[in-house]
Amino acid sequence: MPKLITQVGCPYCGASCDDLEVLVSDDGKKILETRNACVIGSEIFHHATNPNRLKKPRLRQPDGSFKEIEYEEAIDYTAKALLNAKKPLIYGFGSTNCEGISAVGRVAEKAGAVLDNCASICHGPSFLAIFDNGYPSCTLGEVKNRADVIVFWGCNPMHAHPRHTSRYSIFPRGFFTSRGQMHRTVICVDPRETDTAKLADMHLMVKQGHDYDLFNAFRTVLRGHKIPEEVAGIERAKILEVAEKMRNGRFVMIFFGMGCTHTDGRNHNVDIAISLTRDLNDHTKASIMAMRGHYNIAGPGQVWSWQFGFPYCVDLSKGTHAHMNPGETSSIDLAMRDEIDCFVNVGTDAGAHFPIDAVKHLKKHPFITVDPNICMASEISDLHIPVRIVGVEEPGVVYRMDNVPIQFKKVIDGPESVPSDEELFDRIYVRICELTQTEPIWVHGKAPVPASTSRVK
Amino acid sequence: MAEKIVLNMITQRSIEEGQAMEKGKTTQEYFKACSVVEMNPDDMKRLGILINTNVKVTSEVGDVIVKAITPTQFCPPGLAHIRQGVWANQIVPPRTQSTGVPQYSGFPVTIEPARNERIKSALELVQGSVGLWKGGA
Amino acid sequence: MAELLIKNGFVVDPSQKMNGDVADIAIRDGTIVEKVGSDAKVIDAKGKVVMPGGVDIHAHVAGPKVNAGRLMRPEDKLFKSPNAQEHYRVEMGFSIPSTFKTGYDYARMGYAFVMEAAMPPLHSPHVHEEIHDTPIIDEAALPVFANNWFVMEYLKKEEIENTAAYVAWLLSATKGYGIKLVNPGGTAAWAWGLNCLSIDDPVPFYDITPAEIIAGLIKTNEYLGLPHSIHIHQNSLGVPGNYKVTLDSLKIAEGVKANNKFDREQVMHSTHIQFHSYGGDSWANFESKAKEVMDYVNTHRNITVDLGCVTLDETTTMTADGPFEHHLNSLNHLKWANTDVELETAAGVVPYVYDKDIKVCGIQWAIGLELGLYAKDPSRTFITTDHPNAGPFTRYPRVIKWLMSQKAREATLDSLKYCSKVIDATDLHGIDTERTLYEIAQMTRTGPAKALGLSHVYGGLGPGLDANVAVYDLDLNNMPTDPEEIEKAFSRALWFVKSGQVVVKDGEITHHGNKRTVWVHAKVRENHQVTRDIQDKFLKNYTLGIGNYPVWDHLAPNPYVIEVDGEA
Repeated sequence: MPKLITQVGCPYCGASCDDLEVLVSDDGKKILETRNACVIGSEIFHHATNPNRLKKPRLRQPDGSFKEIEYEEAIDYTAKALLNAKKPLIYGFGSTNCEGISAVGRVAEKAGAVLDNCASICHGPSFLAIFDNGYPSCTLGEVKNRADVIVFWGCNPMHAHPRHTSRYSIFPRGFFTSRGQMHRTVICVDPRETDTAKLADMHLMVKQGHDYDLFNAFRTVLRGHKIPEEVAGIERAKILEVAEKMRNGRFVMIFFGMGCTHTDGRNHNVDIAISLTRDLNDHTKASIMAMRGHYNIAGPGQVWSWQFGFPYCVDLSKGTHAHMNPGETSSIDLAMRDEIDCFVNVGTDAGAHFPIDAVKHLKKHPFITVDPNICMASEISDLHIPVRIVGVEEPGVVYRMDNVPIQFKKVIDGPESVPSDEELFDRIYVRICELTQTEPIWVHGKAPVPASTSRVK
Repeated sequence: MAEKIVLNMITQRSIEEGQAMEKGKTTQEYFKACSVVEMNPDDMKRLGILINTNVKVTSEVGDVIVKAITPTQFCPPGLAHIRQGVWANQIVPPRTQSTGVPQYSGFPVTIEPARNERIKSALELVQGSVGLWKGGA
Repeated sequence: MAELLIKNGFVVDPSQKMNGDVADIAIRDGTIVEKVGSDAKVIDAKGKVVMPGGVDIHAHVAGPKVNAGRLMRPEDKLFKSPNAQEHYRVEMGFSIPSTFKTGYDYARMGYAFVMEAAMPPLHSPHVHEEIHDTPIIDEAALPVFANNWFVMEYLKKEEIENTAAYVAWLLSATKGYGIKLVNPGGTAAWAWGLNCLSIDDPVPFYDITPAEIIAGLIKTNEYLGLPHSIHIHQNSLGVPGNYKVTLDSLKIAEGVKANNKFDREQVMHSTHIQFHSYGGDSWANFESKAKEVMDYVNTHRNITVDLGCVTLDETTTMTADGPFEHHLNSLNHLKWANTDVELETAAGVVPYVYDKDIKVCGIQWAIGLELGLYAKDPSRTFITTDHPNAGPFTRYPRVIKWLMSQKAREATLDSLKYCSKVIDATDLHGIDTERTLYEIAQMTRTGPAKALGLSHVYGGLGPGLDANVAVYDLDLNNMPTDPEEIEKAFSRALWFVKSGQVVVKDGEITHHGNKRTVWVHAKVRENHQVTRDIQDKFLKNYTLGIGNYPVWDHLAPNPYVIEVDGEA
């Protein structure tokens, strides 16, 4: 009898849905069907049992081809590459659990590496704004149960977080929002008429790159001052109308995305969005949330904050303390200044998602990819180490976009002998300790688990 | 009709890209989803091209050949969109305004027809840029 | 068999009424025993003070709001990790130290146990992840209940049995320790941007008052017979004139008797009482009401308190009292983080500078110490700084110094810019009480352990207790005349033995110990209505599946579970 596993977490976007149902074959090895997932989530579960899945590390040969090697050799190679480098960079963590992120933190500290995660090229500016201005936010259930004015600013959940609007923000019927969408006024601010904008009650087609001006106009109006006839391509009347909607909302929720952080202004756009939220709290209840991209991209920010005090761009190369200074210790800037002499890409694809110039710089030195799948980074790597897929073959704690921790289960067994990120990095750590003739530090008396044993969690 | 036009480029997510990416970045689906530039029909007219024409998009850091399509989500004149991914990142300026984040959106590009030019695969672009591409030119 | 003998120290252990008696402490396999063999490793404590490991009843050391503080404040890190040691994990942060630094610094001070004071249930896996990464010190966490939809709905109908069933379920699901109340009803009101400033302000929509929530949860707690009493952060925290609200809510405990098998006597622990002992009606005429509050506490044996002493540092305030943080932010205009948590609670974080040049800060500093000095029963009055709200826990040695030395207090008082105004608004200048080492041990060891219902594990050196022993560089017969030496001695233990393992020597960490997570499993009769209610709310209102809510066992790999039979 195939087995139906319910309340399964989806390892795709920052909405981190945990209501998937997965039908698994008798032997617990095949995924037959997924329910409730969006098209992207479904793809992940079905892709996992693809027969071409890699089961061994591949090492680049002098002729440019890949040769399969044993995990021991790959672990030794990685440990030595990290030790030989003056300033290695370990980057990624879009698709890893917190257990893995924690294990990598231990390795990075030991190796004197820079630790960075995908926020560095996504919501990093939001962190900068939070450092300056704070973050009045809430969990997504508050949005579902209370919010009656929803603002999507520079984000497009219909494409990037396909079930966000149905689970949390527009459609769900919550405790104080019993009429669902009818209860809510949805406002979208975007230079394009995105599919999210089409759903909205009002779309402000802001002039691209002029978000700061428009935020500023809202703050100005809410503080009772005059604004020009047109700001950032939006007519005054429309701005006044939307400002009034916000002022009269019982619970205003502002979601923002890459439209704010990827363009001119960066952190300043987010900073003023936070200020607007603070201002709104003088009139009513208002909250703001970054639309984090991946199902656990909030995870490294949490884990490294409690371990090192910083959410990203954590430079541990000084040996005595952690240092963070985005612009200086951020992956792209480090790469462009040629400061990195070993690059480890974990659970992401820097090959596809970094500007190509940064990739070229990083490729001058040892380049290692740790990821279950073939991706652009793996295909230019000196070494590619496959690992189990979190949320499919490996359980673990992940942090949703609202920083709520969710314990993701696994639904099938991973390929035999393929380790999890945590197991792999624990073994790399032990190897580094052997090579440096030092004692490993397990703050919780933890011993490394050999890759061949699959742990029941 | 102009030989080339200057547009403001943004590179963002799309569901087509997301789904194809999870299938695999070497798949035809990913190629189809991401090797396109969305631009307003008026801008196409200005450039004198038809839908599905290959164009060369050039930024301050490089160029890439992609196919011009009408936007699946409305793009006003003057704005162009390449879905996030390998093709977009051939032209994204790595400058970060000291924040760590490259200029993924809001950078000027020139777009010109490139009817006879071939769109390279993801692998060719990325491996090619680091001297690992073994396929044909 | 690992045996250890701590020889010839001046043993200060109020649990055995030992006040500096020269004695040996014998340890076998992590437990204190009558005696050990001649092969036992010997620690020579001659001429030094030997105390049980410290017990911190209230600190914010792990979880989402602590981490929000860390994340939001890079400036808290720079050049502020003077104790970092080679071959140990990196130590970062001052007011909100990293988990590694938290564990190391508590150990350096000779502390064995800390209670994380406010766990949002929805975020309990996060709390346990951080506890997991905090070395050496044993930890437990108190889930917050006083703004929880289930609790308010049941208590509105005075359904104590149902409340108890829900509490028992939640304690197990979150691996929590007891019942924490933070601004009862006020935080629920904050979800709409409102607050409850007195115990009779009705909670919007729920039609229940803070007083009813407090009374109901006291009853629930004693119905279940939990090891700890309710642990309350009262309404109207930090507001001039709030001492009346404080007295009103303390009075709710009148006549209630503790029901438990853990030797606990109080039915209400009123936390960081400093923040609740304010007179005046504005910051202009702000004054101390420490005496009024402490007079009440002194005459009511079923109440315990902790101080929440202001340490005059730059720190980070954080509390589940969401409306308070918003209010504080309107005073200092620094950055402000807030998280409202669906169906359960909220939290806010705001950096704060307790500046010696500000009158109010000086008065707050004085109030905390007055309370500690007015207390007639030090075993019901515990030293805390509500870490990090009134100051970081690493300042406990400084608070101890102030409580032990009038000279030290006067020196600090003198250094305040508005010294004379502080003297006018408080009694501190006239108080010549100096706490003894015995009383300090009551306030930091025996007392809090008993109030937590953990006196069978912590807070004493009697045989059978967990072997947590701190040796401090203080000679009982020749106490230092310079109060700074007291602070220094308590900052860095000469030796600290945690569960039988030497973890600190000469103030330096030597071992990662054997850290435990403590929680309560309360057995109650099966309650179908509550089970249905829980399922219903998870289906309709939560955004998380009920199956993914209970904390996995492997997140707390070294558990110490206290079983309570709530059916009895």
